[in-house]
Amino acid sequence: MRIDCDIHPGLEGTRATLLPYLDAHWQEQVTSRGIDGLDLTSYPTTMPLSCRPDWRPQRGKPGSNFALLKAQALDGLGASYAICNVLYGAQAAFDPYLAAAFCRAINDWIAAEWLAREPRLRASIVVPMQAPDLAVEEIERLAGDRRFVAVLVLVQGETLLGRRHFWPVYAAAERHRLPIAVHSGSQYRTAPSSIGWPSYRLEYYIAEAQAHQAQLLSLILEGVFGKFPGLKVVMMESGVSWLPAFMWRANKTWKGVRVEVPWVDRPPADIMRDHVRLTTQPFDAPPAQADVERLIEQIGSERMLLYASDYPHWQFDGDCAIPQGFPASLVTRMCRDNPLETFARLEAPA
Amino acid sequence: MADVLERADAPGAAAVTAQDKLKVIDCDIHPSLHARADLYPFLAKRWQHHLETYGGHLRTPFTSTTPYPRSSPLLARRDAWPPSGGPPGSNLAFMRQQHLDPINIEFGMLQVLDLLVVSQQNQEFGSALQRAINDWQLECWSRPEPRLKPSILVSQDHVEAAVAEIERCAATGNYVQVNISPRANEPLGRRRYWPLYAAAQAANLPLGIHVGGYGGHAPTGGGWPSYYNEEHHSNAHSMAAQLTSLIIEGVPERFPRLKFVFIEGGFGWVPAISWRMDKHWQRFRDEVPHVRRPPSETVRERFWFTTQPIEEPEHAGDLRAVIEWIGVDRLLFSSDYPHWDYDDAHSAFKIPLTDAERRKIFNGNAGAVYALG
Repeated sequence: MRIDCDIHPGLEGTRATLLPYLDAHWQEQVTSRGIDGLDLTSYPTTMPLSCRPDWRPQRGKPGSNFALLKAQALDGLGASYAICNVLYGAQAAFDPYLAAAFCRAINDWIAAEWLAREPRLRASIVVPMQAPDLAVEEIERLAGDRRFVAVLVLVQGETLLGRRHFWPVYAAAERHRLPIAVHSGSQYRTAPSSIGWPSYRLEYYIAEAQAHQAQLLSLILEGVFGKFPGLKVVMMESGVSWLPAFMWRANKTWKGVRVEVPWVDRPPADIMRDHVRLTTQPFDAPPAQADVERLIEQIGSERMLLYASDYPHWQFDGDCAIPQGFPASLVTRMCRDNPLETFARLEAPA
Repeated sequence: MADVLERADAPGAAAVTAQDKLKVIDCDIHPSLHARADLYPFLAKRWQHHLETYGGHLRTPFTSTTPYPRSSPLLARRDAWPPSGGPPGSNLAFMRQQHLDPINIEFGMLQVLDLLVVSQQNQEFGSALQRAINDWQLECWSRPEPRLKPSILVSQDHVEAAVAEIERCAATGNYVQVNISPRANEPLGRRRYWPLYAAAQAANLPLGIHVGGYGGHAPTGGGWPSYYNEEHHSNAHSMAAQLTSLIIEGVPERFPRLKFVFIEGGFGWVPAISWRMDKHWQRFRDEVPHVRRPPSETVRERFWFTTQPIEEPEHAGDLRAVIEWIGVDRLLFSSDYPHWDYDDAHSAFKIPLTDAERRKIFNGNAGAVYALG
């Protein structure tokens, strides 16, 4: 059994795709104002990373062809289930009402045109984090549909995810057994790192790993996991191999200055092992297999990694979706047990 | 020998005995002004008046303290306040007694943080301050204590003044590196900063990049954090991002004799960012055709990393894996005296090092990078 925790169905555009799922007001707005082209700057559709060459459809956006996705991501990679994470710009819009309307439309579209047509597909709920109260509304609206198994947010948003104004979102997620999926990608509000705006997309993509780390620190130090003990967070498309050194430094700094966060009552690495999961594509591997094994040992838990292909993003060739050098016991856990434990609404098939 | 020393400073430990004989080069020592007036012999009246009246102008909310309250006053070790008064790091005799002599320091690299010269928004003022700070380091620290080596501290964002200051100081033959901030207004790889690198290379001086500064950008890619802990950790992320910027912009290739020293960022993050750069460089090669070989090769040839704050893996033995991944030749010991997260040369490394490794990390690597001895 193999559960793919991160695939990306492509959305052609607001007018081409979402119009039937918008209410009359937003249909009129979209049409009269030409609101379209909200593909995220983080993933230009023509960039090599955005689509593996042999997965690129002859027409349309990467991942937008249902038959191709079914043949390539599900049949081709042998997925028992695959979790759809839609990266179209609703999460990055500035107008909170537009964001909320587009998130609703995306969620209804994925349910009607993907989940309803293919029983192996599940999806994350796209939410407008620009307005946490509206994000909660969207979670509540869809909580009854068990095909939605997570809440999706971008790793680079307006403010760090641990901040108190997001807590109602986490309360709703915990209540409905939905993990928070924190996916690479940016709202382009602040620079991708403390050093400012880089020249190249490559730099930006590399910096995503540090953004994932900053979000974990924020969630831990603000006390989110103490407040919401049932909550899990899944770092998606983060690169993974930064994790051990990050844990060490997080532990060390916490020991030194924990006086400012007295509610964090145990080492951050212990909290990560209980609450944080990571998807395995891309895996920024060390060059030698022995080093991969060492790194896996340093992570110190077989429960943290979740198998993902990141389809249709070009992270690997052929069918080598599982990184080389992972021990067999880990592979079993990351393909089946860990996803089932993390995405609690995803029931094991009979 | 035990694989891991329970207490590396335990009496009789073989590592300590060997360490005691070794002369140490400390690549990060912070001298402090006793008072602003210390600078006045080196600062024109106009700028003295400016400093007294308007003070520094930094992209940070408070005039007289840091945005995130630290864990101790002035970041300092609690025992580093000189008995004679003044802030930690301001008294040379006490620095000798507390740090230079007991640690057996052969050379110490001065890193000045006072007044955050590197981040002053008023660039004329910043230029006057950087000149004063550079003269003060030389006259008040290095001349009376020749073990202490001054750095040419420049504000990278006034490139023209910085180049002139590099040339002025380098001509004296007394300075060992050019220092800039990793929190510049733009990523350091960008073209506007290249004249600095040309000047440093022409002077045969390494480029030291010490953590800290206020470039105006949030400390994380997800916005402004709440806690000092997060800001402290962001130092490592700034360094990782600058390593990326310098390499992906092709700076090492364009300045083939320039050496890069990353100071006070730690080093545990270096292997993973190297693997990440290599992997994704392959996918983006046609975006950056000027980057002709795997970034990790450039890291291993052109970049050095100071050791403080020392990495403390959950299993101490993993420190050895990290050192092997980076290469023992890339590490330069640093103490960060007199700050709270100081590393003691006797006890910082919680694993046994061979004599050869110890000689490299505590002395030989820095001696070669800075052409000392």
